[in-house]
Amino acid sequence: MPKQIHTISILGAGKLGITIAQLALKAGYRVYIAGSGSEDKIRLSVSILAPGAVPTTTEHAAQMGDIVILALPLGKYRTIPSRKLKEKLVIDAMNYWWEVDGNADALKNPQTSTSEIVQQYLPDARVVKAISHMGYHHLRDEAQAAGAQNRKALAIAGNHRSDVEQVSEFIDRLGFDPLPIGELHNGRQLEPGHAAFGANLSKDSLASLLL
Amino acid sequence: MAHTRAIPSKKILFGIDSFGDIPKDDTEKLMTHAAAIRQVIDEAVLADKLGIDVIALGEHHRSDFAISSPETVLAGIATLTKNIKLASGVTVLSSDDPVRVFERFSTVDALSNGRAQIILGRGSFTESFPLFGYELTDYEVLFEEKLELMAEVLKEKPVTWSGTVRPSLANIDIFPKTESGHIHTSIGVGGSPQSVVRTAKYGFPLMLAIIGGSPDRFIPYVQLYEEAAKQFGTSAKEVGVHSPGFIADSDKEASDTAWPAYKLYHDRIGRTRGWPKVTREQFDREIQHGSLYIGSPETVAKKIARTITLLDVSRFDMVYGFGPLPSKSRLKMIELYGKEVIPLVRKLVDEATKKTT
Repeated sequence: MPKQIHTISILGAGKLGITIAQLALKAGYRVYIAGSGSEDKIRLSVSILAPGAVPTTTEHAAQMGDIVILALPLGKYRTIPSRKLKEKLVIDAMNYWWEVDGNADALKNPQTSTSEIVQQYLPDARVVKAISHMGYHHLRDEAQAAGAQNRKALAIAGNHRSDVEQVSEFIDRLGFDPLPIGELHNGRQLEPGHAAFGANLSKDSLASLLL
Repeated sequence: MAHTRAIPSKKILFGIDSFGDIPKDDTEKLMTHAAAIRQVIDEAVLADKLGIDVIALGEHHRSDFAISSPETVLAGIATLTKNIKLASGVTVLSSDDPVRVFERFSTVDALSNGRAQIILGRGSFTESFPLFGYELTDYEVLFEEKLELMAEVLKEKPVTWSGTVRPSLANIDIFPKTESGHIHTSIGVGGSPQSVVRTAKYGFPLMLAIIGGSPDRFIPYVQLYEEAAKQFGTSAKEVGVHSPGFIADSDKEASDTAWPAYKLYHDRIGRTRGWPKVTREQFDREIQHGSLYIGSPETVAKKIARTITLLDVSRFDMVYGFGPLPSKSRLKMIELYGKEVIPLVRKLVDEATKKTT
C-alpha cells in the first residue's frame, strides 16, 4: 500500500514555491516550506502570502513531507539534502533557465532530461517531474475543482506507476487534470524549448502536444 | 481587505515606460536604434505637454531595444521638458556601480531642475551580467550589497562602506549633490517575496512589475510590504504598478494593431527562454483577464482603475510601444492616454472610493 499523502514540503520559497504552497493549503494539505537560508528569513512572507504553511529549514522540510517538491532554481540542485530524501516521493518542478542558472553545460545536455540529472543526484529518492511546464501565475489563476469546464492539465513524468498515481491524485486535488506522459526521461518534452513548455491547456490539448 | 492608504485620485501619478523598442516608420521599415531613441524623446516631449507625470526608461543590452543607457536619454529629455519626472525603469543595479548610478542621476537631476528618479531592480533580463563580467551565481550578493551601498550614497553625505563586490569607501563624498538633497528612488519587483521584504527593509517605495496574469495575486504583496516595514521599523512608502498596454480609438483597432507587434516581441524573447509561440487566443485572454491594458480609452481606463483600487496603489506606469509598432500609433496612444484615459481613471477611482467609504 502506498503511503497516504497528508504533508507536502516545498523546497524554495520564491514565486513558484509560494504559489504551490497556496494551492496545497487550499487543497487541505499540511505544508512545510523552506527557503535557501534560515526559516526566519521567510517567516513574514510565508505568513502573509501562504498563511498556514510552516516555514522551516530545508533539512527539516525534506524530512517531514510525504511528498517533497523541488521549487528552487535548478542551478542550485546540489544544495538539496540528498540523504534526507531516501525513499521519498519527490516532485521536480524545476527548469533550466540560463538567465538565472547561468550557462551550465551539463544542464543543457540534449540527451538527458534535467529531472534525470536530479534523480542521479538523489539516487534513493523517487523523482517525478511535474508542475514544471505552466507559469506560476497561470498555476495560481487557473486552479479549478475537478470537472470544471476549461480545467487545465499538468503533465507528469515518472518511472514508477504507483508514484505517478500518487502525484496524479495530488495534482487533481491542487486543481488540475493530471496527464501522465510516461517515464522520467519523457520530462524532456516539458522543458524550455520543447512543445509543452509554458503550456496552459486542457488535458486533450496538452495530450495532443505530448502523446 | 484592509485599505490602509485610500489615495485620493488627484494624488495618483501616471507614467509611461519604454525600453526603447524599435518602431516602424511611415514606410513600414524598422527604424534604426538612433531613430528609435529620438522617437522616445518626441514621445516624452508630447507626454510632458499632456501633463503625464513621469516617463521611465528601462535598460537592456540587446538588439531589439535601443536603450542601454537610460539616463543619457533622460538627459536629452530633461532640457526639452518642464514638468515630467524622468525615471529609469529599471536600472540593473547588480551589474552597475552605485556611485556611478548616483553621479549620473544627480546630473540628470541638475539638468531637469530636480525631476530625476531612479527605479532600481535586478532586471528580468540578465544579459548585462556576462557583458560586464559578472557571474550569475553572484546574482543575490551583487544586488544585496550594492543596494546597501546605494542606500548610503543616496543620503548625499560622506560614505563609509565595505563589502565584497566593490572596493570599500572610507568617508568619501560623491558629487554633484542635488539641490533637494534627495533623488526619489524606488525598487522594481517582479513577484519575488524576498525582494518585497528587502524593499521594506530599506524603506524604499515599491514598484510592482505585473507583466502577466491577473493583478489580483499582488494584493498580499502590498500587505507584505507594509507588514515588513513595520517589523523593520521603517515606513512603507508609495506603491506603484508597471504593466504593458496599448490604446487606440476602438478595442478592435487597438488589439489588431498591437497583436502582430506583441507576437514578434513575445516570440523573439521566447526563443531565448524556451517559450512556445504565443497564440492570438492567449493574447486575447491576457487582455480580458490578465495584465495587458489594450483597447479603447474607456476599456483601458476601466482596467487601470480596477487595478489601482484593487491594490490601493498611487502610481500606474504603462509600458507602451512593445515590439515593432508604427511610430505614429505610439504617439497617438500617448495622446489618448494623456487626454482621455488618465482623466477617466481619476473619475472612476473617485467613484469607487466613494462607494467603499
